[in-house]
Amino acid sequence: MTGCHGFCERGPLLVINPQKLFYQKVQVEDVPEVLSETIEKGNVIDRLLYVNPVTGEKIVHEDEVPFYKLQERIIFGKNGSIDPTSIEDYIAIGGYKALVKALFNMSPEEIIESVKRSGLRGRGGGGFPTGLKWESCRKAPGEPRYVICNADEGDPGAYMDRSLLEGNPHSVLEGMLIGAYAIGSNQGHVFVRKEYPLAVQNLRIALQQAEEYGLLGEGILGTGFDFSVRINRGGGAFVCGESSALMASLEGQPGEPRPKHIHTVISGLHDKPTNLNNVETWANVPVIIDKGDQWYAQLGTEGSKGTKIFSLVGKVNNTGLVEVPMGITLREIVYDIGGGIPGGKKFKAVQTGGPSGGCIPESLLDIPVDFDRLTEVGSMMGSGGMIVMDEGNCMVDVAKYFINFLRDESCGKCTSCREGTQRMYEILNDITEGKGKRGDVELLEELGWVVAEASLCALGGTAPNPVLSTIQYFRDEYEAHIEEKQCPAGVCKALIQYTIDSELCTACGRCRKACPSDAISGAKKVPHKIDQEKCVKCGMCVESCKFDAVKVQ
Amino acid sequence: MIEFTIDGVGVEGEEGSNVLPVALENGFEIPHLCYHDEVSPYGACRLCLVEVERGGRRRMTASCTYPVQEGIQVFTDTEKVRKARRMIIELLLARCPDRETLQELASQMGIEKPRFELREEECILCGLCERVCREVVGANAISFFSRGHKREMGPPFRDPKVCIACGACVYVCPVDCIKMEETKEERTIVRWERTLPMKKCKTCGQSFAPWFQLEYIKEKVKLPKDFLDVCPDCRG
Repeated sequence: MTGCHGFCERGPLLVINPQKLFYQKVQVEDVPEVLSETIEKGNVIDRLLYVNPVTGEKIVHEDEVPFYKLQERIIFGKNGSIDPTSIEDYIAIGGYKALVKALFNMSPEEIIESVKRSGLRGRGGGGFPTGLKWESCRKAPGEPRYVICNADEGDPGAYMDRSLLEGNPHSVLEGMLIGAYAIGSNQGHVFVRKEYPLAVQNLRIALQQAEEYGLLGEGILGTGFDFSVRINRGGGAFVCGESSALMASLEGQPGEPRPKHIHTVISGLHDKPTNLNNVETWANVPVIIDKGDQWYAQLGTEGSKGTKIFSLVGKVNNTGLVEVPMGITLREIVYDIGGGIPGGKKFKAVQTGGPSGGCIPESLLDIPVDFDRLTEVGSMMGSGGMIVMDEGNCMVDVAKYFINFLRDESCGKCTSCREGTQRMYEILNDITEGKGKRGDVELLEELGWVVAEASLCALGGTAPNPVLSTIQYFRDEYEAHIEEKQCPAGVCKALIQYTIDSELCTACGRCRKACPSDAISGAKKVPHKIDQEKCVKCGMCVESCKFDAVKVQ
Repeated sequence: MIEFTIDGVGVEGEEGSNVLPVALENGFEIPHLCYHDEVSPYGACRLCLVEVERGGRRRMTASCTYPVQEGIQVFTDTEKVRKARRMIIELLLARCPDRETLQELASQMGIEKPRFELREEECILCGLCERVCREVVGANAISFFSRGHKREMGPPFRDPKVCIACGACVYVCPVDCIKMEETKEERTIVRWERTLPMKKCKTCGQSFAPWFQLEYIKEKVKLPKDFLDVCPDCRG
């Protein structure tokens, strides 16, 4: 069994090599037939093939599936070729080749120069040039030096780091080994969410195997290089993904960020030089060393090189993990890879960068995916969350959802972040409940500015993004809620009413049975009615109606 | 010494010190709540925000935690700084409307009434009590709970059993929300619900400190067993 292939929407997936035969939605009951028909006789089982939703044609091979076609899976693609618990599998596909090259053919300085030339930037969200970070840490005075892998992935709906650790833990470890050698470190930590038990388990197996193979521990591959790695499980705080909070947590202190006027590469964990990179960043390192920085730097844009893994979720046909070259447009990701919006609905926005990213409207769908462009339009690359929204999403409700998450996950130290996100939440809640006042939008903007400018860490610094970007691009929706007490998307319960269109109603009684509050009356052949007093606006009637007779106003 | 400027005026600060104390020593007025020169800076209240220009880049930062550096330019009273501080005070006042310190600061900044729904908190979560108890007293009797908007201050595990009722937290609280009550028999730190019996002086018979506190001091400072049986007045 391999790790995640990325195409969650059609899972469980089965790929039969070497033909690359691609079966989707495979159930346990299908297995005997796959064995007898496909493996033994070589016949393709039609029913398990993927059907292109646009053309209706059946697709036999994995690489012909449109979801994969436009991807550039240099990091994530290997998940499909190996058993993550087998170091032999990893070695068989060229694993640890880059480490051998680094240890025997390159000096630490050469490795750093190579990573600098590759243009790799931190995949955890900050986008800081990785090679520069390594160089600063190598040059910082003090021993020991630490390297840390940040696997505290906490964005709602994002799971690329988890899938990498679960599906290919050795690639992350190999990256850390190369980095540690370049930086001059003998001690590594992987800080991983405790909610990721399989990632922890597979990583633990990987560490043990690497040690047995002489790839970890003392005198690695007979050289004088020693390196060991400890796994530390996070306690479930989103803010511990922030590097200084993560280090505080590793030290046993409360997970609160501290000022980084002196960078963590100089004074980090236990006040020693510490180089922290995200899971995906580490996994990029072996590829750069193995294939060369020139090859790597060909991928991407001027300022953002290589590929980026996104978790494409929300109102999109092909949800899953996608790895794309930097510079691809959001439209290509949403429509060509993601297969567009389900149910023929209209696209409204895509939120990139996790809970503190911004919502990007249709008019900006042609911007390239690039650290700097995403920031310019009020969002960010972040760690790679990508949530697609359609006309059925209320943007005020969306902003409220994310600010609610952030007010809970703020560490609470800075007044601006703690009180500011709370007050933003209260105002947004009022607006969605029909209690919005004129001036609320301006107050949200004012609060947003202070939360971003006055708070210590990047959580506060980016927390207002979902609110400010939805105000910027969807101000009319805010105004409809406040001025007209209407929710154009039909989401905010206090502002909507369900009614039954008597022309369309066939009096089938489904909605009456589905209604949990007995608000629907009617008899056979008598069009049904909703008693607004009793209605709790749960929407069950809408879902139960086969004739589209229940309307939201 | 490190040389830099504050509002265009040349100042000097010792290496390793931060901007706020240097500014205060030099007579610059920067409002602050969570800073005290006897404990380490924390940067929680965000009221001491200033703008700092360094290497051509200008940004707003808390001055209590910003280390002095050669040639930086600090601006304590720009439009941006005033705007941010006003909102910080407005947020704090909305949280704790009846705290006089906050009322005064707000009125100085021209805030009459917060635009947010008023709450009835007393504590601004500046953490000074926690730091003084940990760093100066060493009792570790106060800590933060939870995070985000649910954050609170209180005795660890909600049990004040290690509090020695010394009153350092009472003294250091900038908004006066930790009260101490004392009779001849006992002393209470109201906020932490800690009441300890008082010890009477062997010579004059007056109560002078909680038993538990005196035992703590004796052990901490390794004093002779009977050293604190007599009050400081009678000891002479």
